[in-house]
Formats: sequence, structure tokens, C-alpha cells
Amino acid sequence: MLLIHADARRGLPAARPLLLAQVDTALTPDTPILDVRGLTKRFGSTEVLKGIDLKVRPQELVFVIGPSGSGKSTFLRCCNRLEEPTDGSIRVAGVELLAHKVDINAMRRRIGMVFQSFNLYPHMTARGNVMLALRKVLKMPKEQARAEADAALDRVGLADRAGHHPSALSGGQQQRVAIARALALKPELMLFDEPTSALDPELVGSVLGGMRDLKADGMTMLVVSHEMRFAQEAADRVVFMDGGVIVEEGPPSAIFGAPKHERTRAFLSRVLN
Amino acid sequence: MDQLLDQFFNLSIMQQVFPLLVKGLWMTLKVCAIVIPVGAFAGLVVALCATSQSRLARILTVPYVDLFRAVPPLVLLIFIHSGLPFAGISLSPFQSVTLAFLLNNSAFYGEIYRAGLESIGAGQREAARSTGLTALQTNIYVVIPQAVRNVLPDLLSNTIEVVKLTSLASVVALPELLYSADMARSITFNASPLVLAAAFYLVLLWPVVRLLSRLERRVAA
Ligand SMILES: Nc1ncnc2c1ncn2[C@@H]1O[C@H](COP(=O)(O)OP(=O)(O)OP(=O)(O)O)[C@@H](O)[C@H]1O
Ligand SMILES: [Mg+2]
Repeated sequence: MLLIHADARRGLPAARPLLLAQVDTALTPDTPILDVRGLTKRFGSTEVLKGIDLKVRPQELVFVIGPSGSGKSTFLRCCNRLEEPTDGSIRVAGVELLAHKVDINAMRRRIGMVFQSFNLYPHMTARGNVMLALRKVLKMPKEQARAEADAALDRVGLADRAGHHPSALSGGQQQRVAIARALALKPELMLFDEPTSALDPELVGSVLGGMRDLKADGMTMLVVSHEMRFAQEAADRVVFMDGGVIVEEGPPSAIFGAPKHERTRAFLSRVLN
Repeated sequence: MDQLLDQFFNLSIMQQVFPLLVKGLWMTLKVCAIVIPVGAFAGLVVALCATSQSRLARILTVPYVDLFRAVPPLVLLIFIHSGLPFAGISLSPFQSVTLAFLLNNSAFYGEIYRAGLESIGAGQREAARSTGLTALQTNIYVVIPQAVRNVLPDLLSNTIEVVKLTSLASVVALPELLYSADMARSITFNASPLVLAAAFYLVLLWPVVRLLSRLERRVAA
């Protein structure tokens, strides 16, 4: 029987050990939270991902950049199987996501996802949005779910907006509710697909601020974004994708300061000017 | 003038046939109480099949919906009531009526729900699934409530049609409102029972029609 201290991995005091039912490999504190190997994805005859290998270690923030159509979203969506990979291996906290016996719903609640278009449920309040999975996936009693939802909203600075419907919130607030919705499930990994691309420039900061706080709390994050300044400041590693492959990766200083590949240079000179 | 009043608005005849018509109304309501909720639920199931991931489910729903939308409900009703006995299946008028209208209705409700389900973007489903909700939970808590809200006027409008449709049941001698009124007419040699029946339908449906108008205006705004 394997026990891991989920909180210890996040750098918080190990309060309660988490029992994992589906562990394929021995977990150590250095086991990557996300371990992708040879990932390919075809839509019909077009190969969109041509063999991706990437490890994201506990508490790391990995940034994915690349031109439009390079497969960034497809890659991210494979990581919680919203998109069904064609081949390869994806391990999340040691569990093989592509195994037949895997309980994908149980795994998904350990993998938070934030979308470009927020995708809040418009018929529910902010609190309702956060509570739904707490109630129906974690089977929490109503009062507890409500308290947890309010706590998650408080973490993104929206305690006072809990009773509002999405239509009564700004884009930045909506995206922070979406972050709270994912966060409330206490995921071990969070995936962000262009979380600020649909926002007015003046609202981007509040969402990036929320992500910065998450990083400070020790969350492991895989982020697709065009916010290069945020990447330079907050990312541990930057991955440049083009044409369905990872062209190069490294610390932000290396990727932005001294990119090795011509394709990376060309892309950066285009987006930074 | 007096003759006209006497033929159409004869109060003493109306009073006389009133209990009979109330009984007819009761039967009409009984048919509605089955056909509307069961039909609406069956329609939802049809729509979920029509929009499901499963190709087989999608393929099977097409002929079902097409058939029962294309065949006139009166033809369907008479076929079930008077045609099926040739195959050794005899149904009572009440059974024939509910079966015919359920088949017809689930197809119509199904098409309305399908439009509603298709109006919900894939992002809603993806967001729900990404938090670990099952496909069924996603439908129940996220997709269906929004879909229903988007097509509420159409659902309501179809429901009004169903209530009116029940008057077809008179052809298989189910003693619903119209049948009772027409029987009263033939006994009294007077049109007043028919006028009274029309008034019953009006009182029954007018609030719903009003509500529908308001909903449609709200949706348009
Ligand atoms: N469901 C799909 N069916 C067919 N092709 C798809 C599908 N989804 C994505 N693609 C194709 O896969 C390629 C990669 O798309 P993807 O959305 O992953 O790119 P991206 O890097 O996220 O681009 P962007 O920066 O514009 O968001 C594109 O050529 C796209 O047309
Ligand atoms: Mg994308």
C-alpha cells in the first residue's frame, strides 16, 4: 500500500496522508506530477502532435508557447483526456491516464483545467459553479461544499461575488471563478489554456495575479499563454512548440535571452514586437 | 336574434350538460396528465440519443422522429385503434389515445429538445467533464437546464398543441371534452354544448397562451 503526502508535495505541512487507489509506479517527492512520453494525436489523417515528451515536477510552472495551430491546446487537452490521444503515455502523479482500467473521472478531479472562454455555467451563481463538482464528484454535504466553495472564491479574491451569476461579473472575475472552480477540488496539477486571451487588457492583471498566488502556494501548473512578460517572471521552464513537436525548452532566461533554434527566434521576434 | 341566442347560448341547456362536460374535461385532463409529462420525458431521451456520441443511437432516432413527425396523429390514432386489432392487438380507446399521442409527441418534443441541446456550446460540457463529472451528471446539471431554458417557449407551444390534439380522441369514442360536448349536442339538438366546450378549452389554455406570449417577448428582447 502506498501513501503519499499530497500536502507535503505542495510544500504545506503534511496534515493528512492521501491514499491513492491507482498508483502504477513508486512515488517519491521527485516523481513528476505530469510525465508525458511519445504523445501523438491524429485528427483523421492530420497528425497534430508528433511525439511530445515533457515532465512537470511538483510545484513547477511550465509555460508552453508557440504559433497558432502548433498543437498547444490539443496537447493540454490530452493531459486530462478531453482529447483522446492516439498513442503514447501520460502519467499524472504516477497514474497512467491512458490505461484501460483508469477511472478518468477520478483522475480529472485531480487535474484542474481553466479555459480561454471561462466556460462558467451561466445558470448558476459563482458559488454554484464551484459547488457543483464538490457536491456531485466529491459527494460533499451541502454545508461543507458551500464553505469550501466560499473559501476557494476567497482565495481568488471574490468572496463578495459568491452570489452573482456569471453574467453579472467582469471577464476577469469570471475567469477567477473558473480558477476557483478547479481549485476547490484540490487538484495536484492545473492546466491553463490561454486564460487571459479573452480578456480586456486591463483585466489581465487580476487573473495573472491569481495564478501568481497559486504558484506561491506550491501548485503545479502547465500554462499555455501569450503573456511573455508573465512567463519571464513566473515560469520555471518555457517550452516552445511548433508543428506538433517541442522544438526547445529551458528556463525563461535561456528561451527568451538566447534561443537556440531559428524557429524559436523567428517566433519570439514576431510576438515580442 | 333570439333564435340565435337560443341555438348557441342556451343557458338552461348549458346548465343541464355542464356535469357531462366536466366529466369530459376530466378525461381530457387525464390524457394530458399522461401524454404531456411522459411525452416530454421521452422526447428528452430521444433528443439525448439524437445528439449522443454513439452513432448507433443517432442512426436509430432518425427514422423514429421522422416517422412520427410525418404521420398525421389522426392517422396514427385510427391505425392503432382500428388497425392493430387485425394483428390481434386490441387496445381500449384510452390506451390507443395515449399511445398514439405519446409516439407523436415524443418525436415533436424530441426535435425541440434537440435544438436546445445543440444550442449549448461544447465548452460547457468540457468544463463539467474536466471537474470529474460523468457524462450523465453533466447532462443533468449543466446541459439540460440550459437547453430547456433556451427552448422553453417552443416546449410550451408544443404543450398547447398537445392539449388541443386530445380532441382527436373523440373519433375513437373516448369520452373526453369534445366527444362529450358533441354527444350533448346530438341529444339536445342544440349547439350550446359545443360553445360551452370551446369556452372550457379557452379557460384552460388562455393562461398558458398568455404566459407563452410573455416568454416569447422576453426571449426576443
Ligand atoms: N477537433 C479537431 N479536428 C480536426 N482538427 C483539429 C481539431 N482540433 C484541432 N485541430 C487542428 O489541430 C491543429 C492544432 O490545433 P490547436 O488548437 O492545438 O493549436 P494551438 O496551438 O492551440 O493554436 P492557437 O494558438 O490558435 O490556440 C490545428 O491545425 C487545428 O486545426
Ligand atoms: Mg489553442
